[in-house]
Amino acid sequence: MADANTHQAKIQFGYRRHPDQDRPGQSPAEHPVVIVGAGPVGLSLAIDLAQRGQRVVLLDDADRIGEGSRAICFSKRSLEYWDRLGVADRMVDKGVVWSVGRIFHGESQLYQFNLLPEDGHKRPAFINLQQYYAEAYLVDRISDLPDIDLRWRNKVTALEQRNDSVALTIETPEGAYRLHAQYIIACDGARSSLRQMVGAEFGGQVFEDQFLIADVKMTAEFPTERWFWFDPPFHAGRSALLHKQPDDVWRIDLQLNRYADPVVEKKPENVRPRIARMLGHDKFEFEWISLYKFQCRRMDRFIHGRVIFAGDSAHQVSPFGARGANSGLEDAENLSWKLDRVLRGTSPASLLESYHVERSLAADENIRESTRSTDFMAPNSHQEARLRKAVLSLAKETEFGKRMVNGGRLSVPCSYDSPLSSRDAEAWGGGPSPGCSMLDAPVSTRGGGQAYLTDAFRKGGTDFTLLSFGNGAAIDTPDGVKDIRIGGEGGLADPQGLVAKRYDAEPGSAYLLRPDGYVAARFRHPTRAGVAAALSRAAGLN
Amino acid sequence: MPLSTSSNFARPDDAFRAIVEAHRGLTEEQSADFDAALVLILANHIGDIDVLREALVLAKRRMIDGQQQQQQQQ
Repeated sequence: MADANTHQAKIQFGYRRHPDQDRPGQSPAEHPVVIVGAGPVGLSLAIDLAQRGQRVVLLDDADRIGEGSRAICFSKRSLEYWDRLGVADRMVDKGVVWSVGRIFHGESQLYQFNLLPEDGHKRPAFINLQQYYAEAYLVDRISDLPDIDLRWRNKVTALEQRNDSVALTIETPEGAYRLHAQYIIACDGARSSLRQMVGAEFGGQVFEDQFLIADVKMTAEFPTERWFWFDPPFHAGRSALLHKQPDDVWRIDLQLNRYADPVVEKKPENVRPRIARMLGHDKFEFEWISLYKFQCRRMDRFIHGRVIFAGDSAHQVSPFGARGANSGLEDAENLSWKLDRVLRGTSPASLLESYHVERSLAADENIRESTRSTDFMAPNSHQEARLRKAVLSLAKETEFGKRMVNGGRLSVPCSYDSPLSSRDAEAWGGGPSPGCSMLDAPVSTRGGGQAYLTDAFRKGGTDFTLLSFGNGAAIDTPDGVKDIRIGGEGGLADPQGLVAKRYDAEPGSAYLLRPDGYVAARFRHPTRAGVAAALSRAAGLN
Repeated sequence: MPLSTSSNFARPDDAFRAIVEAHRGLTEEQSADFDAALVLILANHIGDIDVLREALVLAKRRMIDGQQQQQQQQ
């Protein structure tokens, strides 16, 4: 879709012949896991599985990354995940850190919001980073992990489900070959060919209005904030978005009407005056131009036999809210530890069903939020437009009006009403309840070193972990459960009291964290039996 | 707390009149804009999503009754 005069960094990878291609036809190679699609989700999942000790084959039909104006906003949650995968520092160093958004109506600012108004977190609310950098850093990380076998220009053309495996036919520049795998993870994007191969529907809503997305290169003094306009003077009657990326690249998003001719509107000579009006000058170059109709869709089931869908192949949202790539990464972190346990035989295959349950809840929430934002920007009827007009006008003088203005609700981790969670048996006045993701806070080590709770979790090996507070005797934790102790002898210190505060902890309190950093259960007075029961439930053992 | 449908104003005629008078002199379009703003202001004041949903159902019933009457007349 790129226009001839747009240019963008691209990274090319070579196709390499693999010994699997030289096996006689009757005995295809057997692999535990094959991931299809080397985008941010497939790459992250491969790293996570390899770090857990699994061998992974990762197939991609292309041989390069860097095309398309795609994800740019990566959430705190995604950065915490990438921390565990050993790539977050590079992402944050290169990325543009931001937490403030401003909403304008016409010429004037309606309000501003701060997505992380408190200190004491290792990672920022968001970074903006071109997807091709994220992918390049993930590919670099993979080169450190011999258990990942990344094969470019390997295109899956057929899939056959068997009782105990899936047979894949893979096309390469040197012809086709076959593979068997216990599980296939389809991370092959919104136009997933594996989804077609399993015959699954991808139903939902298409929004009629079209949006022009341009990445332009220029030097500018705008702050590193997300700026969103309703009815700006430079683009009357419609919405606009401006957001900074690294390398002096700016994402611009202009709403067009449903009748706009995509071929005409995409021509740089037609885009240029629109953007010059917005910026007040035309000293910029195009990196990318495209025209989209947004869609919100999902598969009914994310698991089809031994084929599991993650990321855009399973669910698609409009971009307002940064819920696409971030929710795909949450899919990866949710699936990875479950698949690892099933492959090891420490949990039954039925644990995987909780991936479908939990990530369906998240997909529904993301679709709901991004649908509401898109509808607010492009009202469906005269009356919807009238209500929006009332909200925008009330926002000028009332707080409630400001909070109703919807210029995108940005991605936060979903909380799961999950069969893996154990309900609170005691009273809690705050803190993450079972099914919510862990919260970060500063800690210090006995040597006085400053660190964060998320560091302690990562260093512990991102397994089931008991986070316990206080000065009593150490709890006798069940086998295989890691320990993080706050306070007491030998524990981490809580120098600002923020760990105790964010977890509503008293001496003796404990949280059982899952390997993806979600809370499985919490206890005011933990016992070995209570922790063991919660562990069993969270591991899908009962 | 459920939606209250008992009479809450000491002088209901004053309330009705106040709303009627607010619309006086407005075009149809302006009246509709005015109503939209008023609904949002009152909804926020109520501040209870369950009460709001009940109110929406009660108001919507008029549309359904109206449609049924129209169908019967046809």
